[in-house]
Amino acid sequence: MESSAADARDNIRSRCRLRTVSRVLVVLVPAAALGGCAGGVLQPKGPIGAANAKILLDAVGIMSVIVVPTIVGLVAIGWWFRASNTRARYQPRFVYSGRLEIIVWSIPLLVIMFLGGLTWIGSHELDPFVPIASNAKDPPLEVQVISLDWKWLFIYPQQRVASVNELVIPAGTPVHFFLTSASVMNQFFVPQLGSMIATMNGMQTQLHLQADRPGSYYGLSAQFSGDGFSGMHFTVRAVSQDDFEHWVAATQQSGGPVLDRNGYFDLLRESCDVKPFTYHSADPALFAAIVKRNLPPGPGPYVGRAGPGVRPIGCG
Amino acid sequence: MLGKLTLNAIPFDQPIPLIAGGLVFLVLIAVIAWVVIRGHLPYLWHEWITSVDHKRIGVMYTLLGLVMLLRGFIDAIMIRSQQALAFHAPGYLPPEHYDQVFSAHGTIMIFFAAMPLMIGLMNFAVPLQLGVRDVAFPTFNSTSFWLTATGALLVNLSLVIGEFSRAMWLPYPPLSEYRYSPDVGVDYYLWALQIAGVGTLLTGINFVTTILKIRAPGMSYLRMPVFCWTALAANLLIIAAFPVLTATLAMLLLDRYLGFHFFTNSGGGNMMMFVNLIWAWGHPEVYILVLPAFGIFSEVIATFSGKPLFGYRSMVAATMGICLISFLVWLHHFFTMGAGGDVNAVFGIATAIIAVPTGVKIFNWMFTMYGGRIRFTTPMLWALGFTVTFVIGGMTGVLVSVPPADFMVHNSLFLVAHFHNVIIGGVLFGAFAGVTYWFPKAFGFRLHEGWGKAAFWLSLAGFYITFVPLYAVGLLGMTRRLQTYDVAEWRPWVLAAGVGILVLCGALACQIMQFIVSIRQRELLRDLTGDPWNGRSLEWSTASPPPAFNFAVLPNVEGEEPYWEIKRRAIETQQLTAEPDYKPIEMPRNSPTGFITAFFCTITGFALIWHIWWMVGLGLFGAYVVFVWFAWRDREEHVIPAEDVAEADRARRRVRAQWLAQNEREEWLAAHAEVSEPA
Amino acid sequence: MSATEVLRAPHPHEFDPYKLGHGNGGGHHDYATGHGEGGPASKRVIVGYGFWLFLLSDIVLFSCFFAAHAVLQTATAGGPTGPQLFDPFSVALETACLLTSSFTCGLSAVAAGVRNMLWTQVFLFITGILGLAFLLLEAHDFAAMMARGASPQISAFWSSFFAVVGCHGGHVTVGLLWLGTMMAQVFFKGFRPNIMRRLVCFNLFWHMLDIIWVALFTIVYLIGEGR
Repeated sequence: MESSAADARDNIRSRCRLRTVSRVLVVLVPAAALGGCAGGVLQPKGPIGAANAKILLDAVGIMSVIVVPTIVGLVAIGWWFRASNTRARYQPRFVYSGRLEIIVWSIPLLVIMFLGGLTWIGSHELDPFVPIASNAKDPPLEVQVISLDWKWLFIYPQQRVASVNELVIPAGTPVHFFLTSASVMNQFFVPQLGSMIATMNGMQTQLHLQADRPGSYYGLSAQFSGDGFSGMHFTVRAVSQDDFEHWVAATQQSGGPVLDRNGYFDLLRESCDVKPFTYHSADPALFAAIVKRNLPPGPGPYVGRAGPGVRPIGCG
Repeated sequence: MLGKLTLNAIPFDQPIPLIAGGLVFLVLIAVIAWVVIRGHLPYLWHEWITSVDHKRIGVMYTLLGLVMLLRGFIDAIMIRSQQALAFHAPGYLPPEHYDQVFSAHGTIMIFFAAMPLMIGLMNFAVPLQLGVRDVAFPTFNSTSFWLTATGALLVNLSLVIGEFSRAMWLPYPPLSEYRYSPDVGVDYYLWALQIAGVGTLLTGINFVTTILKIRAPGMSYLRMPVFCWTALAANLLIIAAFPVLTATLAMLLLDRYLGFHFFTNSGGGNMMMFVNLIWAWGHPEVYILVLPAFGIFSEVIATFSGKPLFGYRSMVAATMGICLISFLVWLHHFFTMGAGGDVNAVFGIATAIIAVPTGVKIFNWMFTMYGGRIRFTTPMLWALGFTVTFVIGGMTGVLVSVPPADFMVHNSLFLVAHFHNVIIGGVLFGAFAGVTYWFPKAFGFRLHEGWGKAAFWLSLAGFYITFVPLYAVGLLGMTRRLQTYDVAEWRPWVLAAGVGILVLCGALACQIMQFIVSIRQRELLRDLTGDPWNGRSLEWSTASPPPAFNFAVLPNVEGEEPYWEIKRRAIETQQLTAEPDYKPIEMPRNSPTGFITAFFCTITGFALIWHIWWMVGLGLFGAYVVFVWFAWRDREEHVIPAEDVAEADRARRRVRAQWLAQNEREEWLAAHAEVSEPA
Repeated sequence: MSATEVLRAPHPHEFDPYKLGHGNGGGHHDYATGHGEGGPASKRVIVGYGFWLFLLSDIVLFSCFFAAHAVLQTATAGGPTGPQLFDPFSVALETACLLTSSFTCGLSAVAAGVRNMLWTQVFLFITGILGLAFLLLEAHDFAAMMARGASPQISAFWSSFFAVVGCHGGHVTVGLLWLGTMMAQVFFKGFRPNIMRRLVCFNLFWHMLDIIWVALFTIVYLIGEGR
């Protein structure tokens, strides 16, 4: 585990040198050095993340208006009316007050109505299926995301390439993700870019994200998916449009493996802490076949003797 | 012959569970040996194991809850220490073990710690508060307990024989399907919960019937103590929600055992259905736990403020409102599955609406304290700590009910901090408040205040030191259930949480010391009056500990705070009510039904887990034979003669007469009078 | 404030004229025993009430299986569909058996009410025979469907079908075991109060199985057939 992240970085570096695409290298080395560095959801680097974070902070603000005085009131009243305080007035008959009851019901109600409005608008505007309104001339980049045991596969159907555990996207262009799972459920999450979304076998979800500036962002699975789950993180590299095109071209020309049915079956087997790599050619029809369950699901662990002996292959 | 069970099932290669399990096993053997050698077995059998007395069953439930709380806490320590060590390192728990630890932690804490604690306190207090002698179905009550204990036993058995589930506390398929979890872990989980779930369902039926049909004369609905109201709401939720759990887990069992396709990746199975069904149970479950805790706090705050509860009817309305709405919000547990804006918004708003009655409750507790004369005893401290902590937990709860905000923190340690905030701050503090509040009633002596207060302050501090960092690291994107991680920014927070759990260890030590010291000093802490806190409801009107029949004569309830009324009258007239005409009392006979049923359930459950089919048949056949045998029993009741009743009650009356003599009329009245001018 | 004032009711009306806050003196003098205000209800009421609650929870259990079946209606995964294999005649016959058994079960309750041992036993026996006939017909149905390629392992649709119908069948089986025990108890112990309570519970249970079957017939067979 310890060495895996470092290996991953080395791996990225070495592959980059092989490709000798200098401009990519310029972006990549600092990014790789940052590998395993996560900014939080409160330091968003894209429009969706920023909007989500704003709603989160707004909601905290709205509720603090009522929550903070309540906490102060609880502590103050509790302390003032301590039995030893002779200055406090004992009023055992103070057990009902119509006016107070109305206030007591209406304050939370008003806050919740206000917050409800926020929820309604926010849920619709920031629904992961809704495209990002963008001035960019380029159409959104389409990426198909497949979670496997225990790695992420990213297929670029238009570019006909694919990568594992590393997602390269052009900065400033919206990305339209189509997501599914080859085996168990996972959640695709890049904290600094915004909303997470579930990946489920036999189902397709969608997500729109955008990175405003080039950079390297930490991505992970936010749904426990088995023994290799902790290693299911990936790096999102947002690069300039030109660099992205270079990357695609370099990947297409690289001597990496081919993602066809057989390549997919190889990948389908359980494996942990997979170093990022790319496929120089990918079959864009694979994704639909997985969603429709025309391809078999992940095979699961080795079934041997019962008890604690059941461990995934290639892990631990 | 033994199905899947071979010698390999014992984890010789894993020292931690082996040593832990071995130690537990040795302690168990030692305890049993001690009991047998010292000749306590007949006592245990007649007075506890076969007892159908709601007070005894309540005590056993609470004890089970506390023991399992300890087990769950050990798991918590392992989770936090693993994460503290596992930065760029494998830590000391490999994934297949770590995954069991957090799955067991959640399962145990919810099903075998929180549930038994709440059900135990309800068992003990509800019939006493209602002014009656027992629950509706005393034998079922005993059965419920022993079935819950069977579940707990199976979970603990998985330590040494085989392994526990590695598929989280709610076993989401397809991970929990046979294809991805072919080991026996998920089967342990499923059978333990199915068996314990039947027990819980019986409890629900039992208590709803008790509260609606068996109350002291004159106790109309709006005269019931709020704890009874919250118990009613919780048990209504049990009746409506637990069959959903049973059905859902049954579907998963059919998938795993017989190759059905409810939730599988093949054959058209639909795992979303599992997630919907399980949360249709899971969200009400949260309120099954926290509503009784609300009731306990209502009793505690009113008693120690020296005032009736403020806004009683609002409290009742809020309780029943929460009970209803809790069924309409389950989808908020999976906003990120992409249900669309409309659905997410509706469920988000419905969730936020629950904050309204909950907020009302907080305000009413605040106004109960307002104008009170607050005594800061241990139960009251737990209650105060709860109000503040719960407000914070409630706020983060509303926060994650806003779908766009949830998209950022779903399944993160922020969420983990939120639900620990409400479950520790609400349910656990409630359980501790309830245990210290009713302990003198159950055993006749109070718990030591010093150790109790130390436990409270350390728990409060430990809670914040553990979970505030988890809120922070959740906002940094750290998701839950990570066995290792390599993000440097997360590390300081994870270490801080590790420090917090050390403080909580101190709190635990104080809790244990509280019990040890109190038992040793029991003569000093003795409660002779039966009313150690100057209480207001009926449980304080009988002796501590109460006789088996609770009340020599069922009290006649004429107000909302019947015992306060009785005390006031006694002071006013300077005499106790006239000695009643004692009559013989018919009480249910003790019965081993529950224990024997649980015995066969244990055998059947174990056999099912390991696919030992002949043993399954044997267990089921044994269960049927026992059913017929007990159906044939004729004498279900025994009679306590009038003289015994009279003797017990006269002793109580003597103590009350002493109390009366010690309290001067004018003095007592002045002490409880409204102060119009500050003194 | 003087001492006598304290002795007044603790919640004076001037604070709460409509008694919204508290129930003191709120007209709850109707000591109807069934509602618990007039003291604990009779054992007959308690047992019946508790058993009703159990039946309600059982209906919730069934409703989950119904919901699952509704969700998985189309999930045949390329296998046979329901209408291809359902045998309407056999299902109608099963329905007739079960509904008649419910009627005879009711008659047994009437006979027990007048403490007639012979007719109680006769009607309970007929109820049992009809229940057994239902089960055998259902088993025959299952066997026929499986012979034609339907089994719970084929697809999610058939999983949910066999689960919901099987769950009902399982309940009928348990009911038959209970029925046998009850017949023996009535025979050996006579119409004691506790036996009578158990007979009432058994009756409730058997009628609920009928209600479930009507729902099952409608949702699984009628709607399934019409799809």
